[in-house]
Amino acid sequence: MSRHTLSVLVQDQPGVLARVAGLFSRRGFNIESLAVGPTEIPDVSRMTIVVNVEGLALEQVTKQLNKLSHVLKIVELDETSSVQREIMLVKVKADAETRSHILETVQLFRAKVVDVASDAVTIEATGKHEKLEALLRVLEPYGIKELVKSGLVAVGRGPRSITDRSVRSLDRTG
Amino acid sequence: MGEQITGAQSLVYALETAGVTDVFGIPGGAILPLYDPLMDSSSIRHILVRHEQGAGHAAEGYAYVSGKVGVCMATSGPGATNLVTPLADANMDSVPMVAITGQVPSPSIGTDAFQEADIRGITMPITKHSFLVTNPDDIPRAIAEAFHLASTGRPGPVLVDVSKDALQGSTTFEWPTSLDLPGYHPVTRPHAKQIREAARMIIDAKAPVLYVGGGVMRAQASKALMRLAELTGIPVVTTLMARGAFPDSHPLHLGMPGMHGSVAAVGALQKSDLLITLGARFDDRVTGKLSTFAPDAAVIHADIDPAEIGKNRDADVPIVGDLAEIIPDLVTAIEAEYAAGRRGDYEAWWSVVGRWRETYPLGYDIPDDGSLSPQYVIERLGQISGPESIYAAGVGQHQMWAAQFVKYERPDSWINSGGLGTMGFAVPAAMGAKVGAPDRTVWAVDGDGCFQMTNQELVTCSINEIPIKVALINNSSLGMVRQWQTLFYNSRYSNTDLHSHRIPDFVKLADAYGCHGLRCESPEEVDATIEKAMGMNDAPVVIDFVVHRDAMVWPMVAAGTSNDDIMVARSMAPQWGSDD
Repeated sequence: MSRHTLSVLVQDQPGVLARVAGLFSRRGFNIESLAVGPTEIPDVSRMTIVVNVEGLALEQVTKQLNKLSHVLKIVELDETSSVQREIMLVKVKADAETRSHILETVQLFRAKVVDVASDAVTIEATGKHEKLEALLRVLEPYGIKELVKSGLVAVGRGPRSITDRSVRSLDRTG
Repeated sequence: MGEQITGAQSLVYALETAGVTDVFGIPGGAILPLYDPLMDSSSIRHILVRHEQGAGHAAEGYAYVSGKVGVCMATSGPGATNLVTPLADANMDSVPMVAITGQVPSPSIGTDAFQEADIRGITMPITKHSFLVTNPDDIPRAIAEAFHLASTGRPGPVLVDVSKDALQGSTTFEWPTSLDLPGYHPVTRPHAKQIREAARMIIDAKAPVLYVGGGVMRAQASKALMRLAELTGIPVVTTLMARGAFPDSHPLHLGMPGMHGSVAAVGALQKSDLLITLGARFDDRVTGKLSTFAPDAAVIHADIDPAEIGKNRDADVPIVGDLAEIIPDLVTAIEAEYAAGRRGDYEAWWSVVGRWRETYPLGYDIPDDGSLSPQYVIERLGQISGPESIYAAGVGQHQMWAAQFVKYERPDSWINSGGLGTMGFAVPAAMGAKVGAPDRTVWAVDGDGCFQMTNQELVTCSINEIPIKVALINNSSLGMVRQWQTLFYNSRYSNTDLHSHRIPDFVKLADAYGCHGLRCESPEEVDATIEKAMGMNDAPVVIDFVVHRDAMVWPMVAAGTSNDDIMVARSMAPQWGSDD
């Protein structure tokens, strides 16, 4: 089993998320993370899906996804040739004694403090999965009160775009 | 701009424009607005069924024999959920079908309103696509797209759920000039390089088999298949979904492969060095234990659905496209090989598979006590009614016997529920088939278990003058389940005795439904009873064939075991031999 990141361009239609998510579950694939949002083209959304599968199963899930008529295009982004990011908000216990240590850690990870209370700080961090895990490990001893993470988003490196001409032709505004 | 009409009227116009002439359905609250203008349509015949499941299977049977998209209709909530089984059935067997359901008014959606069910959500995994229409202006486009999706590429069922306010709202009718399906583009033209590679492998193979599936039926590629088979002389096997795609009488035909396939067909796949797979999907009922299936075979896999290729078995040469194009292209490529002096030699292979076919023909035991053998009934039915008739089966022993002992000579003569295995399929599917092909004799070959699930549609047949014929193979039990209990559960018959020799009285039931009811209990009466039924065309006929209950379907590859372990009869394995 290995992790794969799929970028899926879909028509922004009601039910499309349910179709995609349902397909993964009924074919027995576990979604590790999922992020959905708009693209530069109106009515086209992009889903970034991280799955843990073997090569052959990945081919099968890609083919099955392609059969959904709202799915326009699927691209697998590998870690070396793409930029991959998650965002994390974490609320950590912080009293007068520990606050400065926590702030130091935040600096080291190039994270930032976005909210401060008398006995807690909330930290925002962006990065690859591994970096956020490392930050969490360092923060854990102080006491994590609340944690929220986004799904991973990713974009290929270099000048090319996956929203090529065939998808752009859908853009009726331009 | 056209005149102002209701969404319901627009939907009727849309169905007429899509070429619909027959619809099976039942009205109800949410879809009532549609039934009003439907009454005035001069080109659409609506057949009022007695249960929505019957409407769905009828639409399937209709699609099977007419080549058109079958259409069924139901109201919201329970009406729609009763269509779930036929939708799943059509999805598994790639049957082109459009289901139209009423939905509660859009402001009520999501409020648990009376007769509300999220049928679009429920059917997402079992349809090719599904629409929810809440704006009357969107109706023609949804219908146009639904028919296009259902009938092109790999066919399948499409659901169009229309809210009551969309049916009642005001709109104008405009049939779309182009479709808006940017994510849907089935590949029909095969790659020339793959075709050449396949041709080369076919020439080089020593033990090839044409493994023919239901896709050949859907592509209407039987004639092309005949050319390919006769050109190459390669043995042909036809799966349960492809019975009739290649004539049973043809010397190249080895029969049906699979759990209850012929020894020759199962053995040929198993010992093959090249599977030329045409519109088949390596279903578990064909492959047996997958890891031991055809271990020495290279695979050419041609299918319109790229997701089928490599799903269960790796393909050495994948060919994505329409079989109506692929098979003629293969013929041309093989002819080019022949012209260049390269030709396959399958003589040694034929001596092997030919011996299997001779040594292990399909057969059955005649009971000593003079009681009726179900296989004999079905065999005689096929011989008397002939290959131009249509045979629709339910699911179970009678289905397997009908696949084995009726001899199919043409496509669209065998209808059954292969993938989903839906008991109760036969009667409504036969009804739909008779509507789709009124000039052909249509038999429902049914079991007493199946028959009791959907026989209410005989009322529909009687009232609407749809004279189907039912050969009820009444062994008073859930026969296939009983067979497994005999073989795998020490003959402990838990809940498989239906007592149908006593209750119901099927002859009286037929009479109550306005059908002719006949009973046949001995081999001597079989021919005369079938012939009598053949002559009754003023109403449906039901023949209650009271058969002995211990007949079993052979050969058999037990579930989860290897095809190598096929049994010709109980505790009797074939001798494969090894003189080649």
